[in-house]
Amino acid sequence: MHMKEFKIKWGMVIDIDKCTGCGACMVACQVENNIAPMTKKDPYNYVQALTKDRDDADNKLRTLTWMNVYELSNGKSFPEHEVAYLPRPCMQCGNPACVPVCPVVATDKNEEGGIVSQIYPRCIGCRYCMAACPYHARYFNWWDPLWPEGMDKQLSPAVSPRPRGVVEKCNFCHTRYAKAKDQARENGEDPMNLAEGAYVPACAEICPSGAITFGDLNNPEHKVHELAKSPHAFRLLEKLGLHPQVYYMSKREWVRKQGDNYNAGDKH
Amino acid sequence: MDSKLFPEGVQRCSFGKFLIWSCFILAFFLWGLYAAVLVLYNGIGTTGLDNYFGFGLWITFDLAVIALGAGAFFTGFLKYILKIKQLEKIINLTVIVGFICYSGAMLVLTLDIGQPGRAWFGYWHPNVHSMLTEVIFCITCYCTVLIIEYVPLILEQKQLNKVPFIHALAHNMHVNMALFAGLGTFLSTFHQGSLGGMYGVLIGRPYAFREGFFIWPWTFFLFVISAVGSGPVFTVLVCTFMEKLTGKKLVEYKVKALMGKIAGTMLTVYVFLKILDTWAWATGYLPSVGLTFDDMFYGVAYGKWMMFTEIVLCGVLPAIMLIVPSIRNKPALLYTAALLDCIGVTINRYVFTVQTIAFPAMPFDKWYVYYPNWVEWASSVMIVAYGFLVLSLSYRYLPVFPQERHLNYK
Ligand code: SF4
Ligand code: SF4
Repeated sequence: MHMKEFKIKWGMVIDIDKCTGCGACMVACQVENNIAPMTKKDPYNYVQALTKDRDDADNKLRTLTWMNVYELSNGKSFPEHEVAYLPRPCMQCGNPACVPVCPVVATDKNEEGGIVSQIYPRCIGCRYCMAACPYHARYFNWWDPLWPEGMDKQLSPAVSPRPRGVVEKCNFCHTRYAKAKDQARENGEDPMNLAEGAYVPACAEICPSGAITFGDLNNPEHKVHELAKSPHAFRLLEKLGLHPQVYYMSKREWVRKQGDNYNAGDKH
Repeated sequence: MDSKLFPEGVQRCSFGKFLIWSCFILAFFLWGLYAAVLVLYNGIGTTGLDNYFGFGLWITFDLAVIALGAGAFFTGFLKYILKIKQLEKIINLTVIVGFICYSGAMLVLTLDIGQPGRAWFGYWHPNVHSMLTEVIFCITCYCTVLIIEYVPLILEQKQLNKVPFIHALAHNMHVNMALFAGLGTFLSTFHQGSLGGMYGVLIGRPYAFREGFFIWPWTFFLFVISAVGSGPVFTVLVCTFMEKLTGKKLVEYKVKALMGKIAGTMLTVYVFLKILDTWAWATGYLPSVGLTFDDMFYGVAYGKWMMFTEIVLCGVLPAIMLIVPSIRNKPALLYTAALLDCIGVTINRYVFTVQTIAFPAMPFDKWYVYYPNWVEWASSVMIVAYGFLVLSLSYRYLPVFPQERHLNYK
């Protein structure tokens, strides 16, 4: 298998034992990345009446959640019952399933840092990449984004909104990366050697319990470098060989076991 | 009223009757057109697709009609390249059916992609590693080839053909048809394969992922062979349906049985390989990623019954029926086998499209069941209605069946 190697490899280590499932990361992501709230009516579309309403937020299979928190259960009944929460951004796979399938190179992994890009103006909306990604990290714009009156004033100025009909996904708040590099240049520092904390995605920044640690997996000065090697660390679906840049950790074995399939006995 | 336009020496129903029939079909067409306009205007939010099922009825429909339309290239290959003369009695029909299937699939694809205005990006920014790029290339090119094959038939229309230039043009196109048949075979084999390759390369989707040969996963080859194993008999079914509708004999039974034999042979090869492939997948690949055969199925919608229907009832059975001469030579049995064969390939395309993405790879995720909504159904029906219209017009005005006169008016 051919894998592109990068000097810098941005990654996350998410401590599931610290995650309370509060969903702050999901909200921070939506605000940072200009994901419009779902509204039933479109005041600008005069023929909507002829078809059906747009979806509102209760259709969970149509919402856009670049960061999505899943609930895990150990499957036992009270009093042994336990739950855990697993926030799922795009894994920025080392061997992404989505990149080679895109017919128009609208998604690529070719930039230092190893973040898998998504080029909205080029995406034709075929959704082949969605079919390819086993983590369900990709989302389609089913409707044009609409911000209720006044809310449009809070859009993040650096992040482009997306039109109907294209696919989008988490990009580790790429605009923050660009900003951090610019800042480093202004300060006369090396943009290719950012200090820990100079670049942090919105979800990691907001997490009230500090469950998400973010940094360069290849940089020994960054915490994630060590954390990813913890005996409690694992990645999702490692057997499929996509080599995610997002790691999870948990001291609970049942949680780690849910990171992959073991139904055929553990042959790996 | 329009009898001067009919092919030489045959009879057709009255113009009034034809008009009523056309309006009947047109009603379905318009219903679908309404759905299509909604999709283009309001977006595919109007469909039943969602973030878990980015592919659904439309892609299944495309893949199925493209497989069933394979009669065109394969029959063309046998007739023009391998020179099986018999097949010239049905070749026109295979071309028309192929043309309908491919142009229909392309129409559905333009609805299906979120940004139809960017459809040409496949040529402008092609990703040469993507199977879908290859599909876009070959389908558009092959559709052009089918148009080139269809045009001489239109030029042979009785009145048109009186114009000396058109007559000469039609003749010249016919002379060079072997070239296009060869080109068509090449293009067609590749994209039939790439459609299968599309699923086989999905490393993240254990239901579909397959090892393979060089850059081609096994599904690449399976899709090619299953298409040539069903396309020819689909043409036979269309032909028989037309005979029932018009009350005339259009193609002699010998030719149909020959088509059955050809498809049957390919189907036998296919079923054999498909069983091997399924076996290797279930016992080799799946355990290597921690999964079992049972994990791949769920409930009724994604149950094992579907796989057995596909491989046994609609695979092994019709294969036997088609290769045993005494069964194949009984019309009712030939048509039954043909029908099963076509259903089998459709189920195959369906499970590879929908079940592949329905399987929850993450252990804490769950199965969802996908239902197409009326918008998807209506737009698919529109394509079927479009096919009926093209066929009706071609039958009425073009010399599609060289044997018709001989079989009916002697
Ligand atoms: S998680 Fe999915 S979308 Fe993200 S890089 Fe991996 S395959 Fe692509
Ligand atoms: S939906 Fe867009 S990004 Fe995804 S494969 Fe199609 S063109 Fe590429």
